[in-house]
Amino acid sequence: MIGGLASMFKSFRKLWLVLGVLIVLSPLGLIATGTAFGEWGLDELMEEVGFIPAGLEKLADFWTRSPLPDYAIPGLDATLVQSAGGYILSAVVGAALVIAILSLLAKIVKD
Amino acid sequence: MHIPDGYLSPQTAIPFVALMIPVWGIAVKKVQKTLKKKEVPVLAIGAAFSFTIMMFNLPIPGGSSAHAVGAVLLAILLGPWAACIGVSVALIIQALIFGDGGVLAIGANCFNMGFVMPMVGYYVYRLIKGQAESLSTRSLIAAFMAGYLGLNAAALITAVEFGSQYHLFQAANGMPLYFPVPLKVAVAAMMSEHLILAGPVEGLVTALGVWFVGKNYPAIMAERMEIGGRLDDWGVGKHV
Repeated sequence: MIGGLASMFKSFRKLWLVLGVLIVLSPLGLIATGTAFGEWGLDELMEEVGFIPAGLEKLADFWTRSPLPDYAIPGLDATLVQSAGGYILSAVVGAALVIAILSLLAKIVKD
Repeated sequence: MHIPDGYLSPQTAIPFVALMIPVWGIAVKKVQKTLKKKEVPVLAIGAAFSFTIMMFNLPIPGGSSAHAVGAVLLAILLGPWAACIGVSVALIIQALIFGDGGVLAIGANCFNMGFVMPMVGYYVYRLIKGQAESLSTRSLIAAFMAGYLGLNAAALITAVEFGSQYHLFQAANGMPLYFPVPLKVAVAAMMSEHLILAGPVEGLVTALGVWFVGKNYPAIMAERMEIGGRLDDWGVGKHV
């Protein structure tokens, strides 16, 4: 696996470089503080429409085990630097997981 | 565009999960046949690119935000089924680890951004590009349009999914049970954001990506596009 990853790195150097630059720049995504349409949390929903639908409220907390909710380290989002750090860490963790999972495809595809 | 849990009724969310299971099955089978081992890193890095590009929230006047997805770029480089797998993995990680998009809603979100978007984008690209070279102006315009239309197709289907909830699922007293905004409003809001801002950004990301990969790794583009890219099958039989 380590050897495989090393040769992956070598053969597509420039793609890795682009990914790295994007990850470092990712805190730019924090500039847009508004929540996307239709992605409001319960408190924002209250502001948008004035009530919280009963069925929505029941299902909203279906999954509460995200270790890095909203791409942030829980409790570490007081300052912009902390948010930016959490955001970059999230990008690194997410990218690493995605790459690790998809690398498994190498076991089932043709040479 | 990531639908959170509770926005869709279980009667809507669960069938999308049921629908995506065979779609993922077909995607894995197709990829098994068409993707080469040496291309796996491109899919892996490309999906990580898609994951990261979705973190770049674009501010929308009026206090909202939207983002590009990168699914059409993956579809053009490696085929829509490979893109389906790559983007689905990114979306599932986003839901489970980062709480971005619901877990019950994984089926719907993967259908919208991981299936509809790469499929629409891929065929728009092939249709406009025709027999032109991968790095030609025509190909780059095709990539831009493919990204633009692919993202907007995903935005439209997303808006229809949550907007329809308002009309379909109401309590006895007429109050909406799930997404509380009417279809018309949802479609108007989603489409204005994506037609005007996020769509052009997706188009730029797609065209730049095709140009960058075509310039630096011409073999990848050639593999998918030039060899099997006859108009009669659009390369579908051989390379999808």
